[in-house]
Amino acid sequence: MKLTPSADAIRLAIPALSLAVLLAAVFWLQPRAMSYIGLNLLFNLAVPIALATIAQMLIMSVNDLDLAMGTFVSFVACVAATFLRDEPLVGILILAGGVCIYAVLGVVIHLRGLPSIVVSLGMSFVWAGLAVLLLPAPGGQAPEWVRSLMTMKPPVAPMAIVASVVIAVVAHLIVMRSSLGVLIRGIGGNQRSVERAGWSVLAARAAAYGLAGVFAVLAGIALVGLTTSADANIALRYTLLSIAGVILGGGEFIGGRVSPIGAVIGALTLTLAGSFLSFLRISPDWQIGAQGAILIIVLALRLLLNRLENREKRR
Amino acid sequence: MTVRMSKAIIEVADAKVSFAAVRALAGVTLAIRPGECVGLVGHNGAGKSTIVSVINGGLTPQQGSISGDGEPLARYGINAARARGIRCVFQELSLCPNLTVVENTRILHRQLGGLGWRRRARLVIERSLDAVFPGHGIESDRTVGDLSIAERQMVEIAMAFSDAGIAPRLIILDEPTSSLDASLAEQMLAHVRRFVASGGAVILISHILHEILATASRIVVMKDGRIVAERPADAWTEHGLVEAMGSVVKGEAHRRTLRDLAKEPVVIAQTGRGLPLQAKRGEIVGLAGLAGHGQTRMLMKLHAASTADWLPRRDPAVTFVAGDRRLNGVFELWSVLKNFSIASLHDLALRGVVDAGAEAERAGEWKRRIDIRTPDMANRMLSLSGGNQQKVLFARSLATRAPVVLMDDPMRGVDVGTKQEVYEIIRQEAQRGRTFVWYSTEMEEVCLCDRVYVFREGEIVAELAGDAVSEENILAASFKGEAA
Repeated sequence: MKLTPSADAIRLAIPALSLAVLLAAVFWLQPRAMSYIGLNLLFNLAVPIALATIAQMLIMSVNDLDLAMGTFVSFVACVAATFLRDEPLVGILILAGGVCIYAVLGVVIHLRGLPSIVVSLGMSFVWAGLAVLLLPAPGGQAPEWVRSLMTMKPPVAPMAIVASVVIAVVAHLIVMRSSLGVLIRGIGGNQRSVERAGWSVLAARAAAYGLAGVFAVLAGIALVGLTTSADANIALRYTLLSIAGVILGGGEFIGGRVSPIGAVIGALTLTLAGSFLSFLRISPDWQIGAQGAILIIVLALRLLLNRLENREKRR
Repeated sequence: MTVRMSKAIIEVADAKVSFAAVRALAGVTLAIRPGECVGLVGHNGAGKSTIVSVINGGLTPQQGSISGDGEPLARYGINAARARGIRCVFQELSLCPNLTVVENTRILHRQLGGLGWRRRARLVIERSLDAVFPGHGIESDRTVGDLSIAERQMVEIAMAFSDAGIAPRLIILDEPTSSLDASLAEQMLAHVRRFVASGGAVILISHILHEILATASRIVVMKDGRIVAERPADAWTEHGLVEAMGSVVKGEAHRRTLRDLAKEPVVIAQTGRGLPLQAKRGEIVGLAGLAGHGQTRMLMKLHAASTADWLPRRDPAVTFVAGDRRLNGVFELWSVLKNFSIASLHDLALRGVVDAGAEAERAGEWKRRIDIRTPDMANRMLSLSGGNQQKVLFARSLATRAPVVLMDDPMRGVDVGTKQEVYEIIRQEAQRGRTFVWYSTEMEEVCLCDRVYVFREGEIVAELAGDAVSEENILAASFKGEAA
């Protein structure tokens, strides 16, 4: 019998550990952050990022990449701040249409054998254009119910933490526990064997994209709930943040190796890295570079552990 | 016996399949009845994998009919085959490495869905694993990627024998024991016998002849896309099988002349598992054996050993002719000229700038020498036929100054005429002192070599030189007999 933890547990340990280290550093620099309100302030912007990361993770689990994530979330935010508030029915229809377009993109990418990077890069201009049409200047207003949902004050833990846990659990159930999730990850792992077993890879890929669309829509709505108004460029950073979150959380670009819990932790870590650097009083000019440095350190750590693991296996 | 009375589970009649210039199946008729284990043997390119693909529904023959249980099946595909209980264990492992054993079971059995599928899938796979490999010790919630190769193969085999609604009736095992040790292989073969005794059918493909002789009830020998012999297993011997796999008539016309190379220096050598490999100046060394038994890995090792990791060498030591043109040979969007000159740009460049005149001149010279059929070397690479593309790849390698040419089965899917032309070029170049290390899956090509190393299970098991290079000797070494 082996007592060593499984590879998946090790994969999850690194993001969890980096989050804990960063959190400890923040508390040490700013002890007042160690409170209900402090934690909420630290993490509340992580909620939309976590949702976008889950969306990106679904696409990465079928070996694709979505470069339109940021502009799509921005577009959703614009719809939420305008139509969803003024004419809820039209707003819902538009958002449902967005999800359908995501599913159709999955179909097109599969049928025509197109690189997802190219297709999604093209779509990113479409979403950006639509967002500018909706809100040429920053404005709009978040629907009341979204605002109150995002600023709720649940007992025990702040909303940001509760929401992150809920997102992680729901995504885990869908991606890791359900049959559909197994099928989606199976495509990432070995598409041919899924085909040989008689499944429709086309339908599964469309489902993965559709689900990603749903999570991205939720990300946009959550973002507007926090910022109260929207802007066509509000979430452009989300494309790279979501990819970084997935990788940070133990996922891989190819091979269908993903972890929803890890992805949420990755999103939290990325958000926290920003606050940590502010507490260190690093000038904003250097912050993006420093954020990159943190990312590199964490990923290097994982590479190191992977290598150790492989050496163990070869023995 | 009742076996003869029962209807065939699947019957393929006069199936013909060709891929471009290559005829993979030239009219094969094969019926598999319940309660029999059919052994299928043949050398590379005999058509074993193709007939397996036809039976499991992955490939529709261009001609011929398929019937199951006595009824003709008009629309036959993967799903129809699965619904009839036909399962396949492929030579290359076909599980999803990122999923657990249980999740892989879910992928294979579509009807397992609904709440609580994990429990049902676990039951299905554990029952099957216990039946095929008692005492296996594989936990079904482990990720397949974390299992050893042997464990993965065990899971895959157990997966094929598992029953979740549709009972397996015909199981195709393509080299199932390649990563199993002797006792596991015996466990599996014992299960095959039990399965057959209870009315199931098995097609067994293996390079280990005594496994087939001991397990199969009937043995079918294929060669060049045809069934050349078919007899009950007890009417065969190992020697008889090897003989049947070879061709009866053998043209001596294109046989090479024996050359004395004893005094030539050794230019490349590699030791690994099995016998050491070495090649002398001007020698054509063949790597033979069944496909996928370590020949390509050996070529990669030879290549890696004589090229630098970081900076290119001034004088290249080896050059490589790719077998899989699309994967690692051709630049599809480039012109024929650019495809040709990419390997020798160093020689054609002056202070880092390519001399277009010299490039065109060298290309024109090689175009004449090996007769690349294109009106203009500036045409797109893909405008050429497969054989001509392959000639360009040859020219690319031969135009370098490298004294050693490594070839990874480069003649796959090339027409006969082109082959003969390329053989001639190789002979000429060898005369001038070039060394060729040539992995080929075609017997005719291997017999052109001065010396041949036969690979089996990742190691060199035989070295044949001079007159010993014969089809019979190569076949005997590629297939493992009782003695080994």
